[in-house]
Amino acid sequence: MWDNISILTAAPVFNIQLILDGLFIGATFALAAYGLALVWGVMNVKNLAQGDFVITGGYIAWWLGKQGIHPLWGMPISIVVMFGFGWLVYITIIRRVIDKDLFTSLLATFGLAIVMAQALNLMFGPEVQTAESDYAVRSYFNNSVTVADIKLIAFALCGVLAVVVVLFMKNSRMGQAIRATAQDPRAARVMGIDTDKVYAFTYALNAAICGAAGALISMIWVIQPFYGIGHAIRAFVIVTAAGFGNLPGVILAGLGLGVMEQYGGFVLGAEFQQATVVGLLVAVLIWRQIEMRRHRQVVQ
Amino acid sequence: MNTKRLLTAVSASLAVAGLALAGPAQAKVEGDTIILGSAISFTGKYSTNGIHAKNGYDLGVKRINEMGGVKVGGKSYKLKVQYYDDESTPLRTAQLLERLVNQDGVKYFLGPYSSATTKAAAPIMEKYKVPMVEAEGASRSLFNKGYKYLFAVLSTSEQYLASTISLAAEVAEKNGKKPSDVKIAMAFENDPFSLDVRAGVLEDAKKFNMKVVIDDKMPRDLNDISSTLTKVKALKPDVLLLSGHSKGAATAARQIKEMKIDTPMIAVTHCEAAKIVAKFGASTNGYLCPTQWAETLSYKGKYFGSAADYDKTFKKTYDGYKNVPYQAAQASASVLVWKEAFEKANSFDTDKVRDAIASIEFETFYGPIKFAPEGNNLGKPMVLRQIQKGAFNVVAPSKYASHPLAWPRKPEE
Amino acid sequence: MESFSPKLHLPILIFGVAAPFVIPGVTIQIAVLWVMVLFALTWDILGGQMGYNSLGNILFFGSGMYISAVVQVSMFADVAEYTASSGAVDFKYTDAQYFWGLGLGVIAAGIGSAVLAAAIGWTMFGLRGPYFAIGTLGIALTAGELMGTWSWVGAGGGLAMPVFPGSADGKSMMFYFLCFFAAIATYLFCSWLYSTRFGLAINAIRDDEQKAEAMGIHTLRYKTIAWSAAAFFLGISGALFGNITGFVEPLEVAFPVATFGIFMVAMSLLGGKGTLWGPILGAILFHFLKEFTWTYFLGWQWVALGVLIIVNVVFFQQGIMGWLMDKFPERFGIVVDKKEAAE
Repeated sequence: MWDNISILTAAPVFNIQLILDGLFIGATFALAAYGLALVWGVMNVKNLAQGDFVITGGYIAWWLGKQGIHPLWGMPISIVVMFGFGWLVYITIIRRVIDKDLFTSLLATFGLAIVMAQALNLMFGPEVQTAESDYAVRSYFNNSVTVADIKLIAFALCGVLAVVVVLFMKNSRMGQAIRATAQDPRAARVMGIDTDKVYAFTYALNAAICGAAGALISMIWVIQPFYGIGHAIRAFVIVTAAGFGNLPGVILAGLGLGVMEQYGGFVLGAEFQQATVVGLLVAVLIWRQIEMRRHRQVVQ
Repeated sequence: MNTKRLLTAVSASLAVAGLALAGPAQAKVEGDTIILGSAISFTGKYSTNGIHAKNGYDLGVKRINEMGGVKVGGKSYKLKVQYYDDESTPLRTAQLLERLVNQDGVKYFLGPYSSATTKAAAPIMEKYKVPMVEAEGASRSLFNKGYKYLFAVLSTSEQYLASTISLAAEVAEKNGKKPSDVKIAMAFENDPFSLDVRAGVLEDAKKFNMKVVIDDKMPRDLNDISSTLTKVKALKPDVLLLSGHSKGAATAARQIKEMKIDTPMIAVTHCEAAKIVAKFGASTNGYLCPTQWAETLSYKGKYFGSAADYDKTFKKTYDGYKNVPYQAAQASASVLVWKEAFEKANSFDTDKVRDAIASIEFETFYGPIKFAPEGNNLGKPMVLRQIQKGAFNVVAPSKYASHPLAWPRKPEE
Repeated sequence: MESFSPKLHLPILIFGVAAPFVIPGVTIQIAVLWVMVLFALTWDILGGQMGYNSLGNILFFGSGMYISAVVQVSMFADVAEYTASSGAVDFKYTDAQYFWGLGLGVIAAGIGSAVLAAAIGWTMFGLRGPYFAIGTLGIALTAGELMGTWSWVGAGGGLAMPVFPGSADGKSMMFYFLCFFAAIATYLFCSWLYSTRFGLAINAIRDDEQKAEAMGIHTLRYKTIAWSAAAFFLGISGALFGNITGFVEPLEVAFPVATFGIFMVAMSLLGGKGTLWGPILGAILFHFLKEFTWTYFLGWQWVALGVLIIVNVVFFQQGIMGWLMDKFPERFGIVVDKKEAAE
């Protein structure tokens, strides 16, 4: 462990590599987490199938790539398909659990996650897949730092998508309806908003955002039918750390998680990379709880 | 419903349920068919190779049945395999094998895929004193426990990458360096198989006094090893060794390409199964891939002909294979062992058949088969192939080498 | 309730005792069934009776498995040496050593897991609702990952358990009855617990924690004790299961969060949570369904399982027991005012 830290202090240039890799992948985490924050905040659904939405989006881009469509063009298709899929899931499942107790949505979406992962496995097989963009890789500092063009493009696209979603929420009719429903569904209903449709749209929008994140992940990382749970946990870590309705927080936490994973893997060894993520989840929860306890005492 | 009726209803339903669980108890030999049992991975993380192995078993069975089946006591029997899906978890293996033994009455077994599941299987075989010929569990620890009913046609896992180390030493000497100057970086998946491969490497590295500069363990749900590869860039080792089944190979190949890792010697297990050449093209040029078997080797046997013949038959039977994975070849070979053993024992008695397996000695397309008292195959060595312009060429050991080693590796050739 | 359960006692007891003799082929499968019953019952102590839905109870199954493995090995051999050689050095256990090790291992597993639950409970019980579920899920996942990096217990390579000295059938029979007794003990404990003041207190926590606290119930203490009790039995089941499997490994055998960890929740819900018999019926039905799909729908078993969970929570949330209570309320001692019901 100390050896690894001494590498970083002796040759700081490698910090750049770790931070860049962390930021690139963290941007996609943030995107998926933003979708989760949306459904969590608006309709109070804890979507454990979040990761599997991401992976499904990745498989769509990958499959289109195999048919000769460049995965970057596959991404908009993936967004559209996932939007439709999200709507369908809302109508069949989510609509029925939305007013039940909180644990129900967690478990129903977990069941959905199992079905989706297995369906992907039956359709595409369990191999690790990657969508190839065939873009160049640039080297800096005597090949100490390498940046694949596709990672830069993906990073930029994440930013563009985030801006589009924010503008949509601010300015469009539907965006306003979603925000109104999030604040007070009953009042929204009284004002003539069809909350059922708002919920359906919100859930579908989340699936579409996941589809985009997944398509990007298939281009810069790897996908496999059973990797969904890891992405779901990352989204939960980010949202619990940042709180929903806090977009800058989600972005910051997403990027931070990406960087932290890289450092965890580098300093502690790759075997701790996964443990870093789940460990952070527990740490974040405990930290929030201590905050809350302090808050409660103040109230007392 | 009164008490009595409820009671009868409950006991009746329990009895029915018990019967449903029990199922029909089959005999080990049904009419003119001998049933072999196998719990193997159709789903879960080992399923890529589990399915390769199943294809291998099926091809072996098909060939033997085509050639007239197995002759025992003057009568001809067909072979058939009964499969269950172990979902790539040793947790299921034991339960499914109990089920095959007790409910399905199977007495002859083919192995599961992976060392972890085979580790769970071996005690069951010992418990019921039924033999298993396995082709996919390479961990050395399977063959030092005194198991009597476990036989493996493949080479044990500590041999996988060990030959890379002696190759690296040769290269160092040729370039006027001492073998002890060689720096090794390695990343192995945290599972019984890869940890065993690691043990073999460490042993050999110690022999040459080489220095291990990176020794990472990759998590099972691996989707990123860029942090390990960043370390490789920083420390510039002479050899990079990676082992993590198919998904480890695919992930590594992708990120090595993307991060332009220029280590002169890279060795990765499961290259063929992960189809890395098709996926990552020229960037994989120069990778060293240990293999249990290669279609270019000069082995020959009476069932499939030569190794090259097997390769052809396999590709004809199953679509979509560019290279025949050795996992399939060794699976077919283990079916051949059963045929030989039944005919040698000329009996269906499990102990007689077991003794026949133990004393068997014959040539196959997969290499010579002769079991040590511990159950591993003594006859067959591990070979090391290098990806040269997209083709897999044998470069070590020198007895089997068809091409010289290309060093240093040139990725974009 | 009282009028319902005693009628099931006898047939299940008869079935449990007779099964390994009448249908010996499925001894281990039925042993697993009893473990499943234990899983569902212990999950329901928190999930059903106390309203704390844990997704990480499998943690105590795994901790029990590892504790008993370490105790069994360490009594007569050095653990580090034992795991490092991955069995290369042949440690021969005498019969006495084996059974002493097993006995102490099982007890230590129960106590150790209970202590662990108390320690974790102190921080975890501040989390409410879904946060508790996610937090416990995180803890169970972390435990699996961390055990995988700890080479003293074999890391990812796992740890082979000492081999049972007797015959094959002897082993099945012994572990069968140990599992059966563990399940019965859990049942008796739960049925006693729910009839005491303690049971009422945890029900009060479920119904309204703030009010329960206001009434002077020391909620954290009750919650911790309830979780420790569940962990005690889970630890024992883990110890037994480790010995049945014969091979302990962190991610799939000891901490199978996504399989056993979720099964226990699914089984309780299927049978009807918050009742004594619901989890038991759920476990039995679930186990048969599972074995059935595993045999006849190879490859689709997971899809079937996922669909079962969805259908269960979406359309059939009250579970079997809830449905029965709705249908035949008088059998459960619930008096329905006919006139009022008719209106």
